[in-house]
Amino acid sequence: MTAVLPSRPTAPQRPVGGRLIDQFEYGLDAPICLTWELTYACNLACAHCLSSSGRRDPRELSTAEAEAVIDELQRMQVFYVNVGGGEPTVRPDFWHLLDYAIGHDVGVKFSTNGIKLDKTRAAQLARTDYVDVQISLDGATAEVNDRVRGTGSYATAIRALENLAEAGMKDFKVSVVVTRENAGQLDAFKALTDSFGAQLRITRLRPSGRGADVWDELHPTMAQQKDLYQWLLANGDGVLTGDSFFHLSAFGEALPGLNLCGAGRVVCLIDPVGDVYACPFAIHENFLAGNVRDEGGFQRVWQSSELFADLRNPQTGGACTKCAHFDACRGGCMAAKFFTGLPLDGPDPECVQGYGETALAARDLELVTPRSHIDHSHTGPVRGQPTLLGMPAVPPAKICDESPLAGFPGA
Amino acid sequence: MTAPVAAVFDPALPWQKARSVALRPEPFGALVYHFGNRKLSFLKSKMLVAVVTSLAEHPSAEATLVACGVPETQRSSYLKALADLARSQMIELRSAS
Ligand code: SF4
Ligand code: SF4
Repeated sequence: MTAVLPSRPTAPQRPVGGRLIDQFEYGLDAPICLTWELTYACNLACAHCLSSSGRRDPRELSTAEAEAVIDELQRMQVFYVNVGGGEPTVRPDFWHLLDYAIGHDVGVKFSTNGIKLDKTRAAQLARTDYVDVQISLDGATAEVNDRVRGTGSYATAIRALENLAEAGMKDFKVSVVVTRENAGQLDAFKALTDSFGAQLRITRLRPSGRGADVWDELHPTMAQQKDLYQWLLANGDGVLTGDSFFHLSAFGEALPGLNLCGAGRVVCLIDPVGDVYACPFAIHENFLAGNVRDEGGFQRVWQSSELFADLRNPQTGGACTKCAHFDACRGGCMAAKFFTGLPLDGPDPECVQGYGETALAARDLELVTPRSHIDHSHTGPVRGQPTLLGMPAVPPAKICDESPLAGFPGA
Repeated sequence: MTAPVAAVFDPALPWQKARSVALRPEPFGALVYHFGNRKLSFLKSKMLVAVVTSLAEHPSAEATLVACGVPETQRSSYLKALADLARSQMIELRSAS
């Protein structure tokens, strides 16, 4: 496989001692943030789905193959996995695999739209140790959420949250992708989450999967990024971010957490057919390192693939290394650059110093941004399909919308 | 789940790696994971890994540092690291048995 990163001088040696982040740039013997997407099947058709999910792939790992992956993760001491999809709970063996993983010292955090979390399942989860549940919600109101996730998806998520709270589940999460349309709802999300005794998790929108089609329209504006940064500084303690907003650190004070791109270093994805990618947001052949079905399994891919070896070096060249904020921001997100057609050693498209906008504007008009050939999107209409697609662009926000009382009766 | 209360770190007492903690060797040291509170932490040197894994064999944390050959000048920083690990329940007091 050809290198996807700008070629570097011969790999420098891993330093002894020093900061952890510098160690992480050289990779670890096993990932600490492994995402495992169990199926491409999904009952929804979210406009920004990072994995272009919808239809099951006939080559998806069988139950026995999935168990073998779990056995391997146990041997490698991967202490927990982030399970997603598609919608993982629509796999008939989902609950079996959950128990199997927990029984083999592999804790599970899974993301779901809530479709299967009825009272019985909620009670089952509340009784199980080592399982974390994240319910995806991309609007604090049905109106904002359903435009992106589809009609009825807000109600489904809220019902799941109610069931979990009622069952006495502890520490479950509400997981929000921050968009231009919900960036003003952060306090509302926090209040909603608190009302269920849950924890709020917010992450960054990347132009991955179908996200590429809506990124221009949905990614937060510069003003919203600034507000988000301030909000995180003020509320960071009580809110999880998966360290996904580290590019905002270039506004000034560094955000807490690991401020680096972990792709192939501490992060990776196992997709439903067993393909191993450098990051869940990088489902593209350029970031494909191997398959768990290959000889040597996942361990061999993680420890010996050429692609991952290539990613496990500090960045030494490129425009960003000359930036005063490079130590905090590290040039941002590799996937965001790749899918917007920007060079991987240059600024992030949402660079808070404004270099991303300049780079986006300077792209060749003829440039075709890279697209993944992996697409499991539903081909026909889906019940409750998001209205965002095919709608005229969002009208510019009116000044009066800035009023905290806008939209309230009597305001 | 009733979480045990994190003990105040006293280096003169006997300690051990907590029973619900697993240690994964890494090129720079090790990664430690607590299955109970699901916290992840890092041991940033191989010497510290040796100290944590052999705590259980010595009468006190101080004695462990001596036995592992931690240079005198570095002992205070190792004790600080152990105090942090006690706070996050990665190491626990060993009851005399
Ligand atoms: S590519 Fe982006 S999302 Fe993936 S690990 Fe790097 S910064 Fe995170
Ligand atoms: S120029 Fe690069 S390092 Fe500097 S703030 Fe922008 S993305 Fe970050």
